[in-house]
Amino acid sequence: MEDKDVLIHITDRDGVSHQVNSPTDMNLNLMEVIRLYELAPEGTLGVCGGMAMCASCQCYIVSNHHLQDIGDDESAMLSEAFNVLENSRLSCQIPIDTSVDGLKITIAPQE
Amino acid sequence: MIKTDILIIGAGPTGLFTVFEAGLLKLKCHLIDALAQPGGQCSEIYPKKPIYDIPAFPEILAGDLVDNLMKQIDPFQPGFTLGERAQSIQPQDDGSFIVTTNKGTKHHAPIVAIAGGLGSFEPRKPPIPNIADFEDKGVEYIIRDPELYRRKDVIIAGGGDSALDWSIFLTDIASSVTLVHRRNEFRGALDSVEKVQQLKNQGKIELITPAEVVGIIGENKLSGVSIKQAEVVIEKSCDHFIPLFGLAPKLGPIADWGLEIEKNAIKVDNTLDYQTNIPGIYAIGDVNTYPGKLKLILCGFHEATLMCQSAYKRIFPNKRHVMKYTTVGGVEGFDGTKKQAPKAVVKAIN
Repeated sequence: MEDKDVLIHITDRDGVSHQVNSPTDMNLNLMEVIRLYELAPEGTLGVCGGMAMCASCQCYIVSNHHLQDIGDDESAMLSEAFNVLENSRLSCQIPIDTSVDGLKITIAPQE
Repeated sequence: MIKTDILIIGAGPTGLFTVFEAGLLKLKCHLIDALAQPGGQCSEIYPKKPIYDIPAFPEILAGDLVDNLMKQIDPFQPGFTLGERAQSIQPQDDGSFIVTTNKGTKHHAPIVAIAGGLGSFEPRKPPIPNIADFEDKGVEYIIRDPELYRRKDVIIAGGGDSALDWSIFLTDIASSVTLVHRRNEFRGALDSVEKVQQLKNQGKIELITPAEVVGIIGENKLSGVSIKQAEVVIEKSCDHFIPLFGLAPKLGPIADWGLEIEKNAIKVDNTLDYQTNIPGIYAIGDVNTYPGKLKLILCGFHEATLMCQSAYKRIFPNKRHVMKYTTVGGVEGFDGTKKQAPKAVVKAIN
């Protein structure tokens, strides 16, 4: 693990937990990290590519991290997503920086 | 029966550009797409978003890219079967194929190019228990014939343009229109939002927000829905429930055509021509996979170009063909038009 890496705990759609390292200096978002580690079948997560225009990358935030506020696009998309809970976020809208170190998430079911 | 040289499944950027490259080789194309308009994801999901990695376009809106492609391929007079999904394929004895859509339209071609992106766009269906039992028995995800709703009580769910526009439209037809959305704000066009507000004030639309349809009521046919608002569940009777939550791509019936599928994409044998395990069927653009694959529009354009060369050789095995630069050979349309670089004028200096 490099100095600039963060550790993220991801529970996939089958309930399997994974601990993954992600660099913070590559302008990644959480959806891209999930895809990088192939924790969801290709074509089922991040369908719109990260524009907050589909809800395929929805996840539930399990830890108490203070994340960047939900933007208008994300909020609008979540209002039409399915299986939404209080702690739902679109993972494509969560940038990977040092503030997400130790973050725990669960990937929402596929629609 | 529609006959063509290359039958393209998917009218996104890659499928559209295939028409151009095929046209240069004098091959005619016909495209099938489940959406009602060409452009694929660019038109359906992000028409107003800029793309920055189309060569020679520092910035172009996805919708404008589609418009430009349509203009570019116009001389080659492509045919379109829109609003229909390619359902089945029957290989013929001569090596050609007949592709039939979900509406029964048949297409015959020696070459099939699947440029289906992430699949055909299907309505997103909310995870309401037993909703599947009521599909076409009062629950519809697409409005095909508005007359179906004449003098009926209709409940629509959703917060985008589709939900707003149909709510407005149906107020003149249905006995009652109720719009249910999970929050008070709508993400549709401002005009539509204001119109719904106006119709609500006039008592022509009942707006239930922030709320969610959580259950379906009925025996063999829908008789109402359960709506959850502020932790209270109410039952509301209706003749039709129409959830309008937009569309999402699904690989769909193509997955059952005997093609090798890997990672939800069609595996191609090589990167020389992007042919699949079935000779004569090619997969290009986001729908294919091979080592090093990148799902980029610009890669789709490249794949379409190489695919057309291979298709030509398959259709005309005995003909020799030399690739010509458009700057040299011009573009000769099937519509009789010809674009050509102007000839340089040589003038003597006395």
